[in-house]
Amino acid sequence: MTVPATAHATAPPTRADVVVVGGGPSGLTAAAALAEALGPAATVLVLDREREAGGIPRHSDHTGYGIRDLHRVLRGPAYARVLVDRAREAGVIVETRAMVTGWAGDRALEVTAPTGRRVVEAGAVVLATGARERARPARHIPGDRPDGVLTTGQLQNLVHLHHRPVGERAVVIGGELVSWSAVLTLREAGCRTVAMVTEHERSESYAAFRLLGRLALRVPVLARSRVVAIEGRGRVTGVVVEDGAGARRTVPCDVVVTTGDWIPDHELARSGGLELDRGTRGPLVDAGLRTTAPGVFAVGNLLHPVDTADVAAIDGRQVVPAVVEWLGQDAGPGSLSGVRLRVESPLRWVAPQVVDPAGPAPARGRLLLWTDTWVERPRVEAVQDGRVVGTRRLPWPAAPGRVFRVPSAILDAARPDGGDVTLRLA
Amino acid sequence: MTTPSPAGTPRRVDVDVAVIGGGVVGSAIARRLAGADLRVAIVEARSDVGDGTSKANTAILHTGFDASPGTVESRLVAEGYHLLGDFAEETGIPVERTGALLVAWSEEELVALPGLREKARRNGYDACAIVSAAEVYDAVPSLGPGALGGLTVPDESIICTWSTTIALATDAVARGAEVLLEHRVTAAEPTPDGTLLRTTGGDVHARWVVNAAGLHADTIDGLFGHDRFTVTPRRGELFVFDKLARPLAPLIVLPVPSSRGKGVLVSPTVYGNVMLGPTAEDLDDKTATGTSAAGFAFLREKGERIMPTLFDEEVTTTYAGLRAAVPGGDYLLERDDERRYVLVGGIRSTGLTACIAIAEHVAGLLAAGGVDVGLRDDLPAPPRIPNIGEAGLRPYADAERIATDPAYGHVVCFCERVTAGEVRDAFDSTLPPRDMDGLRRRTRLMNGRCQGFFCGADAQAALETRGASLLAGADR
Ligand SMILES: Cc1cc2nc3c(=O)[nH]c(=O)nc-3n(C[C@H](O)[C@H](O)[C@H](O)COP(=O)(O)OP(=O)(O)OC[C@H]3O[C@@H](n4cnc5c(N)ncnc54)[C@H](O)[C@@H]3O)c2cc1C
Ligand SMILES: Cc1cc2nc3c(=O)[nH]c(=O)nc-3n(C[C@H](O)[C@H](O)[C@H](O)COP(=O)(O)OP(=O)(O)OC[C@H]3O[C@@H](n4cnc5c(N)ncnc54)[C@H](O)[C@@H]3O)c2cc1C
Repeated sequence: MTVPATAHATAPPTRADVVVVGGGPSGLTAAAALAEALGPAATVLVLDREREAGGIPRHSDHTGYGIRDLHRVLRGPAYARVLVDRAREAGVIVETRAMVTGWAGDRALEVTAPTGRRVVEAGAVVLATGARERARPARHIPGDRPDGVLTTGQLQNLVHLHHRPVGERAVVIGGELVSWSAVLTLREAGCRTVAMVTEHERSESYAAFRLLGRLALRVPVLARSRVVAIEGRGRVTGVVVEDGAGARRTVPCDVVVTTGDWIPDHELARSGGLELDRGTRGPLVDAGLRTTAPGVFAVGNLLHPVDTADVAAIDGRQVVPAVVEWLGQDAGPGSLSGVRLRVESPLRWVAPQVVDPAGPAPARGRLLLWTDTWVERPRVEAVQDGRVVGTRRLPWPAAPGRVFRVPSAILDAARPDGGDVTLRLA
Repeated sequence: MTTPSPAGTPRRVDVDVAVIGGGVVGSAIARRLAGADLRVAIVEARSDVGDGTSKANTAILHTGFDASPGTVESRLVAEGYHLLGDFAEETGIPVERTGALLVAWSEEELVALPGLREKARRNGYDACAIVSAAEVYDAVPSLGPGALGGLTVPDESIICTWSTTIALATDAVARGAEVLLEHRVTAAEPTPDGTLLRTTGGDVHARWVVNAAGLHADTIDGLFGHDRFTVTPRRGELFVFDKLARPLAPLIVLPVPSSRGKGVLVSPTVYGNVMLGPTAEDLDDKTATGTSAAGFAFLREKGERIMPTLFDEEVTTTYAGLRAAVPGGDYLLERDDERRYVLVGGIRSTGLTACIAIAEHVAGLLAAGGVDVGLRDDLPAPPRIPNIGEAGLRPYADAERIATDPAYGHVVCFCERVTAGEVRDAFDSTLPPRDMDGLRRRTRLMNGRCQGFFCGADAQAALETRGASLLAGADR
């Protein structure tokens, strides 16, 4: 490989006002909005480890992207391109194949790229590293270790970016929105989904897909069931499914896709010493998307694993005032402000976790929550210091496998100087 | 290496010594013998060296402190510890000298500690010390409650089992040995001057045969007319936890051994993970390397007691290995002069550590049988093996290296930080990978927490193009 003659002119920056780690919908949107807010004198740098920026939508080649942020519906790759173009037009430097591998100081990042290994100093850091699906071992599914066991991420990469065949008969583990996305991809690759297995009493996003007329997919859903073993030496030959009553049977297949069950890519957040929330496993943030590390912010699915791309993107705008405020002050604490939110089972997590009832609202005036059981018409209570301070009955269900949104106005009557607020289903 | 003859019919290979089995033990033996004036071949059933038990163990370089004193095993483990340690230094096999702490969780175990220290002494290892519960928690703060005391084993270390077999086999090739992959031995016919091995890859004629077939050493022994022992596959299942868990396990945490074996340990790995296991379960299927619900439940129960916070971390992978258990509890190392055949059997739970010492021992057996095994004085320098351990400098973090070759700056496996340059190098090596598992063992590609979510498709393309697809990307 030869070093281009213009190497000096194009040398990658080692200093920027804002460094955004991750060029997915949330990072690109944050970068574009920050570049606009800070003006042309400021350097905003997006670092992404992939060959091209765009994040997950880049290989999620089906429609359903962009409704809430762009107000139109696009296929994933087109959506990713729009966001990359917008960031570049706003003056953002988007550097790809640049992986942030660690910290060299409070707001200094170690970066590996084909152009070299370097440290980038930042005025502010925005983490937008997204989330991934737990793979089979993380889900503790025993059995043989054959080829043909994939996550949706790997499946879509294989099919949409590499145009590879995957197999003929698939079992999809999970019933989330993304599980249906996997079914669509499998169908496109000429692979039939012979069963979708979910531990819940119904496929979590069944209703959504019925609305979209996706019943045409005709996938048998095995509810209240789990895959207890994978069989096959060399190649998958089947999975053992246990139903709610404990009865087992083998479903023959040559592909198994483990879908959903998200975990934030929180390696940098953890190695940077940011406090994490036990529920989301992403950084603890307030409504301004500040983390516990001064000058370090977080957006997107790193915070709420996992929401749709447009909601991740909207975080990118939500973070602007706090970053601008941080850059404007000489030093000072970037500490989180507000009361601490907690959840009670079957709610699993809430984001953001710190909200000032008297201060700015979270993005779109919504708290994002995750539920482990289906509740058709949920009534949510906010409890502070033993007192119910807010109640909402919601016209939409609390459904496992997708984000459950609750208006943040439920906190309006909470005391900013009071104790933690617990959200629960009444 | 395997070179099919032009006509497509497999050629016949003629050697002085054929070593059946390209595990860590067979590779070490082939390396030793190829260092003499002997033509040597490794005859291996699978498509890679180190693809049997040698790929799936707990990867501890044992001092041998807890072996049964007086056994051949105890002597060879103690010797092997130093021999492999030196070879690792020469070749760059990742080793970390973490030390181990044996923890007593009951009064009964606590009173056993002085006996264990004494046993270590009888094995020639003097460095063990008994420590208090407070010292145990100082050393490993995340241990669960209830530890009563411990025994330190300061020299117990962790090593990369994959690199070890590859380095040994690579050195064997450098010294002139052939590696015959996909050559499963199916018959052994006596000839006037040795044995004709019938294999799935063609015939191999050898003056002497060494049986280092691991789990199948009993079957091969039968081909030479013996009926001496049966190998029982003893399955060990393991959990590998995410790298973010590594601070929990600064050293190897051992249980007090019982008659059932060494028991479940918590150990750091040279790749920066934490391992919990193994179980010990006798089976009759020598191919049963799957994991089981019962094994997981057992490990969970043990693990939650030893280190409760471990299960707050993500599990990166799970696997199972099969030890080659034999009756008698010692290695079976025997020479049969009539058939010009050496048995290397029963290398159960310590073969990684002992491999080079076993090789020396086998050389001694052959010498006594009249084979000249004196080392040549023109031996090539030991190979340098690419570093896949976290303690050394990995290419992605090596500014100078990236400056001279940008392919080392192109990270293709994000979780393990494997670069396009390393994948290319693996295919350019003496023993290139033939499948994804082989590529994993040489580079760590695909071994990380995402298990292919991000890099799986790229990795498959890289395998099919021998790394070219990634390099093309690196150039773009
Ligand atoms: C199969 C599938 C189907 C989906 N379908 C839809 C849909 O139809 N509609 C919809 O709205 N949403 C959908 N989603 C969800 C949507 O893709 C995500 O919500 C969105 O991509 C989240 O954006 P993000 O910016 O938070 O993270 P990501 O898109 O995950 O982007 C994170 C980026 O950070 C980079 N990165 C991470 N760590 C580092 C590092 N250390 N150094 C450098 N770069 C780093 C990654 O390479 C990646 O590019 C789907 C998701 C999946 C997996
Ligand atoms: C769970 C577990 C944990 C362990 N932990 C440790 C540890 O921490 N430290 C340590 O020192 N040791 C450990 N061990 C032991 C160590 O892994 C083994 O002793 C060692 O790998 C044995 O190597 P081998 O070469 O004898 O066997 P193998 O690696 O199994 O090699 C035998 C080879 O012979 C080949 N073969 C078989 N039949 C034929 C045939 N007919 N024709 C051609 N080829 C054939 C096989 O394909 C195989 O590649 C552990 C083992 C297990 C299972």
